[in-house]
Amino acid sequence: MKKLLLATALTGMASAAIAEDVKMGIILGFTGPIESITPFMGQSAELAVSEINEAGGILDGQMIEAIRADSTCVDAAAAQAAAERLITSDGVTAIMGADCSGVTGAILANVAMPNGVAMISPSATSPGLSEAEDNGLFFRTAPSDARQGEVLAEVLKSRGVTDVAVTYTNNDYGKGLSDAFISAFEAMDGTITLSSPHEDGKGDYSAEIGALASAGGSALAVLGYSDQGGKGMIQAALDSGAFDSFVLGDGMYSDQLVADMGDGLDGSYGVIPWSEGEGTEAFNALAEAAGFDPASSYTRESYDAAALLALAMQAAGSTSAADYKDKITEVANAPGEQILPGELGKAIQILADGGDIDYVGATNVELIGPGEAAGTYREYNITGGGFETVQIR
Amino acid sequence: MDFLNGLVTLLNFVVIPATAYGAQLAIGALGVTLVYGILRFSNFAHGDTMAFGTMAVILVTWGLQALGVDLGPVPTALLALPFGILITVGLVLVTDRWVYRFYRVKKVPPVLLVIVSMGVMFVYNGLTRLIIGPDDQRFDDGARFLISARDFKTWSGLDEGLALRTSQAITIVTAVAVVAALFWFLNRTRTGKSMRAFSDNEDLALLSGISPERVVAITWVIVAALACVAGTLYGLDKSFKPFTYFQLLLPIFAAAIVGGLGSPLGAIAGGFVIAYSEVILTYAWKKVLVYWLPESLEPEGLVQLLSTDYKFAVSFAILVIVLLFRPTGLFRGKAL
Repeated sequence: MKKLLLATALTGMASAAIAEDVKMGIILGFTGPIESITPFMGQSAELAVSEINEAGGILDGQMIEAIRADSTCVDAAAAQAAAERLITSDGVTAIMGADCSGVTGAILANVAMPNGVAMISPSATSPGLSEAEDNGLFFRTAPSDARQGEVLAEVLKSRGVTDVAVTYTNNDYGKGLSDAFISAFEAMDGTITLSSPHEDGKGDYSAEIGALASAGGSALAVLGYSDQGGKGMIQAALDSGAFDSFVLGDGMYSDQLVADMGDGLDGSYGVIPWSEGEGTEAFNALAEAAGFDPASSYTRESYDAAALLALAMQAAGSTSAADYKDKITEVANAPGEQILPGELGKAIQILADGGDIDYVGATNVELIGPGEAAGTYREYNITGGGFETVQIR
Repeated sequence: MDFLNGLVTLLNFVVIPATAYGAQLAIGALGVTLVYGILRFSNFAHGDTMAFGTMAVILVTWGLQALGVDLGPVPTALLALPFGILITVGLVLVTDRWVYRFYRVKKVPPVLLVIVSMGVMFVYNGLTRLIIGPDDQRFDDGARFLISARDFKTWSGLDEGLALRTSQAITIVTAVAVVAALFWFLNRTRTGKSMRAFSDNEDLALLSGISPERVVAITWVIVAALACVAGTLYGLDKSFKPFTYFQLLLPIFAAAIVGGLGSPLGAIAGGFVIAYSEVILTYAWKKVLVYWLPESLEPEGLVQLLSTDYKFAVSFAILVIVLLFRPTGLFRGKAL
C-alpha cells in the first residue's frame, strides 16, 4: 500500500513536471526547395535548446521541449496548418521559424498574430517583412535584403562604378533585393542602365543578355541563384563578350560557380552575409561536437533564434509572448554581459539573478528597427578562382 | 568603322545565336514532321525523346572521359553520339512494339495516337529524371571558343567583340550534314522512296508490295537519330536540363507547322523562321542603331519590340498567323 501511494505520488509529480515544460515550435521547410539545408537549421536550434536544458532549464527548472513542424517553404496553406497545430494542439508558446519569406509572412499574419505567439525567423530576408504588421511579435536573426541592397550600392560607390545593368531572378527574393539595390544606388547618383528579370531553369539566356548588352553599363549586377538563371546569365554574358565584370548578390556565392566559370569571373566582386569572431568560432566547435556541419546556410541564425526566445522568457519571467516579446531586443543588444554560444546556462543564471546580458551569439546579433538583425556583410573579390575578403561591412 | 561595329554586334547577338538555334529547331522539327508524314500523328513525346537521347550521350561521354578518351578541341560528346543514337533507337523501337503498334493494328484515329504519345512523353520524362536527375548537367569539353570576343577585339581593333563557340560551329556543320544525308536517303534510295510513297498514299504503297512494318521501323530509327542529334546539339550549345527539352516542344511544333507538316524542307525553313523571329523581336536594337543611324536619329530607348519573357509567345503568334492564313504551311504540307 505504501509503495502504491509512493508510486502514485511519483507519477503525479512526474506528470506535473511534464505539464510545466515550455514548448517551442521549430517550423522549417523540412520538405520542399530548401530541404537540403533545413535539417541542419533544425539541429542548430535544438542544440541551443538542449544546451539550456542541460544547464537546468529556464524559469527555475522548467525544461524546453522543441517540436518540429514542416513549413514546406512554398505552400502557405500547409505552413499555416502546421503552425496552427503547433499552437493549438501542442501548445507551443514561441516559434523558431519560419524559413522562406513567403510562408513566414503567411504564418505571422494568420497564425502567430491572432494567437499572440512570438516568432523569430532565422532566414526570411525579404524587405517586405520589415513593414509587415506584427504587433511586435516578429523578429529575425537574418538581415533584411534591404540592408544588402544598401551594402551592395556602397561597394559600387567605393569602387567608383557609376553605371550598371541589373538582372534579378523573377521571384520575391530577386525583386525585393533588386528594388532595394536600385533605390540605394540611385540615391548615390548611380545610373541603372536597365533592370531586367530572368526566369530560372531555362536553357538559353542569350536573348536576355542581348538586351542588357544593348543598354550598356560597366558591370552587370546579378541578383539570382548560383545554380540557376544567375549562372546562365553570367555564362551567356561571358560567351558573347557582353560584360566582363559582375557584381554578385548573396545567392550567387558559390565555390561551384567559380569553378565552372574558370577565369571568366576574375575581377568580379560581391557581398554575402557573414559572421566571424569568437561567437562564430564557439558555435562551430559546438556544432562539430554535435556532429553536423556549421558552415551550412543559416545554422548560426537558427541557434541564435532559439537561444533568444529562451533567454527572453527567462528575462521576462514568463512564457507568455505578451510578456517576453519586449525582452527579445533587450537580451540581444547591449548593455550587459556578453554571451557567446555555449554560455547559455551562464546567461540564464545572470538573468535569474536580475542581471543584464548582451547576447552576442553565433552571428553577433544586434537587433535594429522592427526587430531584425543589422547583419554584417563580407565584401569579396574573385581572384584566381577563389574568394578574397576585401572587408567586412 | 561604325558600320563594321554595328555589323559585328548584329552578328554576335542576332545572326550567330539565331542560326545555331534555328539549326537545332530544324533538326527537331524534321523528326516531328517525319512522324506526322509517315505515321500520321503529332508526336508529343519528341521533346522528351530528345532529352532521353541527350542523357544517353551524356552518360557515354562520362564513360569515355573516365577512360581518358578525348578529341582535343572537339567535344567528346561527338564520339559518344553514335552510341547515344543506338540507345535512343532501341528505346523508341521498344516503345513502338509495346505501345504504338497496338493502336496501329486497330487503326485508331490519329487524335488517339496524339494522346498516346502524351502518355509516352510522361513516361520518357520520368525515365530521364529517374536515371540522370532533374538538374543541370554540363558535358561540353574541349575548346569552348573558335573565336572569343576578347581575341576578336584585339585582332580587328573594333570596339565590339564577336564570339563563335565551338558548339555553335559544330551545330551548324552537323545540321547541314544531317539534312543532306536525310534528303539523299529520302530521294535517292529505294527505302527512302518507299517511305515517301507510304506517306503519299498508304493503300497504293501496300498494293505495290511495300512492307508497312518495315517502313514504320525505319521511320522510327531515323526519328530517334534526329532527336538524339538535335538534343545533343542543343545540350552542347546551351545546357542539359530535362525540363528545357519539354519546353522546346512548342517552338519545334511551331517550326514544323509553319513549314508545312509532312514536308522535310518546310521543317528546316520553319526552324529558321521561328528562331530568327524569336531573336529579332526580342532583341534590343539600340546598340546596333546607334552605330548605324546618324546622330540626330539615335534612339533614346532600347528599341526592343517585346521583352525576352515573351520569347515563346512569338512562336505561338507565328503559329496562329500561319494557321489562319495558310493552314498547310509555307511549303504546302498537310493541313491539320
